[in-house]
Formats: sequence, structure tokens, C-alpha cells
Amino acid sequence: MLKQIEGSQAVAEAVALCRPEVICAYPISPQTHIVEGLGERVKDGSLENCEFINVESEFAAMSVAIGSSAAGARTYTATASQGLLFMAEAVYNASGLGLPIVMTVANRAIGAPINIWNDHSDSMSQRDCGWIQLFAAHNQEALDLHIQAFRLAEELSMPVMVCMDGFILTHAYERVDMPTQAQVDAFLPPYEPRQVLDVKEPVSIGAMVGPEAFMEVRYLAHAKQLMALERIPELAQEFASVFGRTTGGLVRAYKTEDAETIVVALGSVIGTIKDTIDEMRNDGIKIGVLGIHSFRPFPLAAVREALQHAKRIVVLEKSFSVGLGGVVSNDVRLALHRLGQLGYTVIAGLGGRAITKASLHRTLRDAIADKLEPLTFMDLDWRIVNRQLEREAQMRRSGPIAENLLRDVGTVSSKVS
Amino acid sequence: MLQIRIHGRGGQGVVTATELLSVAAFEQGRHAQAFPSFGSERTGAPVVAFCRISDQEIRLREPILAPDVLIVQDPTLLHQVDVFQGLQPDGYVLINSKRSFDELGVGDIAQRFRRERLTTVPATEIALKHLGRPLPNAVLLGGFAALSGLITLEAVSHAIRDKFSGKVADGNIAAAAEAYEYIQREMEELKHAQAN
Repeated sequence: MLKQIEGSQAVAEAVALCRPEVICAYPISPQTHIVEGLGERVKDGSLENCEFINVESEFAAMSVAIGSSAAGARTYTATASQGLLFMAEAVYNASGLGLPIVMTVANRAIGAPINIWNDHSDSMSQRDCGWIQLFAAHNQEALDLHIQAFRLAEELSMPVMVCMDGFILTHAYERVDMPTQAQVDAFLPPYEPRQVLDVKEPVSIGAMVGPEAFMEVRYLAHAKQLMALERIPELAQEFASVFGRTTGGLVRAYKTEDAETIVVALGSVIGTIKDTIDEMRNDGIKIGVLGIHSFRPFPLAAVREALQHAKRIVVLEKSFSVGLGGVVSNDVRLALHRLGQLGYTVIAGLGGRAITKASLHRTLRDAIADKLEPLTFMDLDWRIVNRQLEREAQMRRSGPIAENLLRDVGTVSSKVS
Repeated sequence: MLQIRIHGRGGQGVVTATELLSVAAFEQGRHAQAFPSFGSERTGAPVVAFCRISDQEIRLREPILAPDVLIVQDPTLLHQVDVFQGLQPDGYVLINSKRSFDELGVGDIAQRFRRERLTTVPATEIALKHLGRPLPNAVLLGGFAALSGLITLEAVSHAIRDKFSGKVADGNIAAAAEAYEYIQREMEELKHAQAN
């Protein structure tokens, strides 16, 4: 059924249709509306056989999720930003134990300085934690990915993170096609755990493993991710046959077939890039975009296949490895080993900086003219950066950086964007 | 694609207004996208929210920089925020005020844009009358329907009913209808004045 609703409410409804048995969460923007929506459904009885547990922190949220999942319950939680960092130890435990928890990450920047706005720093900080990481381009996909995520997680017995852009998607009202309970039930069978804590048949989960087998346990986690590389596209196809639309999968290409330049991106910015590409195509520029929807496992072969005929690749990412450059770019480069293409990394949209068509036009046209630096910070305000560097060169006690920059920028509430 | 930007202050229901507008457009079978400017805003602080309406899927996610429609929920913003920034030459402007553009000190705007697409409506007073609270957001949507004809009053009423219930919904629907009639009268007066 078509609905015009907030992204968070769409996800809450989709998660409820997946019949979770335990939801444990701690509120943090911009994720809060999702678990609020689920909490209301548990309270009013519309989501049956589900326990909603208010916990005292994100660390507790993931710890409770580990316990309930190990006890055989379909388990869901959601977080963002510092919340994800605070639960990091338990995040690794969940994957190390092979527990099929599904968690939404409403992508948000990480402080300091404190910033509630969107970028991908939070989920990228957990890139190597052993969870599957799926990225949604729009709210329909965010909704659909949760249904696919439970199926994938439980089949492989490993946790899945569904990443959706905080505010840009979570707080956006747009049209979504909400599936029926019967459709979701047909796609997602009841949870049959691979391992379960049961007092009648006691087992240990999470034993200490020494050098004799630790590497093997780790390798098996990798092997599962490789299995997921096979299953993700298959599930996306099966999903399409049940629900009548294509979402998820490893990668999705747009106008890349004859493209000399291909932009690679994750998340909601793909939409703005598509609009920009259509305009550039009208000017005769052969350009396309490749959206990566599964970041872990990283689809090396699918990325190579989609990009191999392009002359230049521009990876536009909302993440940044301080002291190096791109995060996504490195993985893309690995996929393009020995192809000898021109490669550019564009860091954009950190901490909620708007990514506009105008800036994309400018940046991509520079790339096509091969005038772009290998590492570019889109729309960086060099004026305030250089002023701070001068301050630091001139005096020892130059003061706190963030506050200095805010003073240089002046009041922002009087600006439209 | 129609792009609408709403300016107001925290607590005036700016974000809700764009959400209602998107639901109204959806009810008319169109694609719509509503989103706030994502500040950690406080009551009284300037707030901006956006709505796009189109017959095709909306993929663009940038803030609305060149609006076709501007709704200003609080006239004290006119001299604090550059609300007219990027307004399209044939754009619509609706300001919540008892006063005219000249009296508000933005008479030059009326010169630069199409006079029949600019108007004011005392939305706060209308809201107080029907709701007992100074919440001008849904009232202005009724006014916008009359000013532009781009959405129907019926769709606005449906959207209000979708979001609210009981007395709050009834009051907002009545207030939106009064703003609709108010602006229709204004438009007719202007038409006569221009004809003369």
C-alpha cells in the first residue's frame, strides 16, 4: 500500500512486519523516531509477542540484543553516531558469536566537535567489525532492506547493519510502498537459530579461544561474508519477485554502460548524483553512477565489472580517514587493481554539509577536465581553514579550534542553507 | 517540479507544515518529499523546512535554494533572515501578517515579483480564533491553496485529518478554510483593482 510517511516510521512499520521478539534500544538522534514507533506498537498491542526493553545505554542495548538473540529470539535495535561507538565492544561480540541481530544505523557524524548531522563516519568506524553493512539510497530501500536483512542474517547466522542517512532519510516524508504482513511472512520464515541457549540442553557460547584456533574462527567469519556476497543478490532477486521492486543487492548502476566517467557513492546522495548526471548527459557528457548497497561484504568483483570500461572513477564519499583520505575509495581501488584508470576521491557532506547539484557539476566537470586533485574536499571553506592555521602559526595559545572557526563563520541562523 | 520553502520559528510547526503539504500532494496522486533543515533548534529560533512536489519520483536531496513558493510563518524573520533568497521570478510568497508588504517594509519585493502571487494573511489571528493557540502552520496551507491553486483545500483538510484528530483536526481544518476564503477575497479585490 502506498503511503506518504516519515522514513523512520516506514522503517518502524517494516521492522514490525518482520515480527521481532525483542527490541532493545537507547534513544539517540537521528534514530529515535524508529524505536519510538516500535515502542508504541508494542505498547498498543499491534506488535504482538514482542518485548520492548528500555536500556540504560547503547552498550546495554547491544548486550541485551546478544543475550536475547542467543536465547533464540529475533532481535532488533537501532543507534547512531556516539551511540554506535559506545556499543562497539558488544558490536564485535555480536558478530564474533554469529548472532543474527539486525540493527539500523541512522548515519550521523562523530564528535568532537559535537554534530548531530549526517555523514557515514559512524558505520565506517565499525567497517571491520564483522557485521554485514547495507546502505539505503532512499526510504523505500531503507524499508525493504530491513526485511531482507532479517532473512540474510538468520540464514547465515550473522548480524546485519542497515545504514540509512540520518535526517536526510530518517526525517524525510516521502512515498513508500508498504508491504502486507502476508508478503513479509512469505519472504521471511520464522527464526530457526543455528545455536541457542536453552536450559534443557545447556551449551557454552563465546568460549575463550587461544592461538590454536582464533585465526580459523576469524577466517570462518570472512567465509560467511563471502557467502553473503552470493546470497545478497539472490535475496534481492527473490525480494523483487515477491514485492515487485528491485532494492538492495550488491551494487546498482545508472547510465554506466557507455560512461567514460563513473561516480561511485553510497546512500541517499545517489539520488542527487543521478539528477546531476542526467543534466550532464544532456550536455553530451558520458557519465554514470554506481551505487554500492553492500559495503560489507565489499563486492570487489561486481564493482570491477561495473567500472572496468570507464576512463575515470570518482569516488564521492561521506566518510574520511583522517591522515589518509577516502575510506570507500581504498576498497574501490582494490577492485580496480591493474586497470590503470584515473581515480579521484571526493570527500563531501561531512557533518551535514549539503551536497548540491551545483557543487557536483563543478566537481565532476573538473574531474572530466582532469583538473581535480586526487583528494578533494568538496566545498571546503579554505578561508576559515587558513585563518586557523595562521593563528596557530602565530601564537602558542591559539585556543579551541571549533570555537575559533565558529567565530570566523559568524552567525549561521540567519542563513537559509 | 514545485519547490516550497517554509520559514518560521521553533514551535510554530514549520516542519509539520511541510509534512502536511507533502501528504496533501500525495493525496492528489503526486510524488512529494518533505524534510526539515535539521537544526537542533530551540523554541523561537529560526527554522526552515522544505517540500518538493512532482509528477515523477523525486531523487534530489539538496536543500531548496531556488523556491517556487515561499511561506513565512513569522514576519519578524523578514529583517533577520534572507527569506527571499533564490526565489524564482514567478514565485509565490505568502506571509503570516495582518499588514501589507509595504507596511512590513518589504514593498520592494512586491515590485520585483508578480503582484498577484504575493499576499499576506493574518494566520496567527485565525489560528487563535479556531484553535485558541497561535499555530499558523495549517492555516497558511489553506491560504496557499487559495493563492496558488496548486493544491486543493480538500487535500489540505485530508492531510490535517491524517496527522491530527478530534478538536485539533477540526480547528485546523476550519482555520485553513477561513484563510482560504480570506485570500480568495483578497485575490478578487486585487483583480478588480488591476482591471480598474
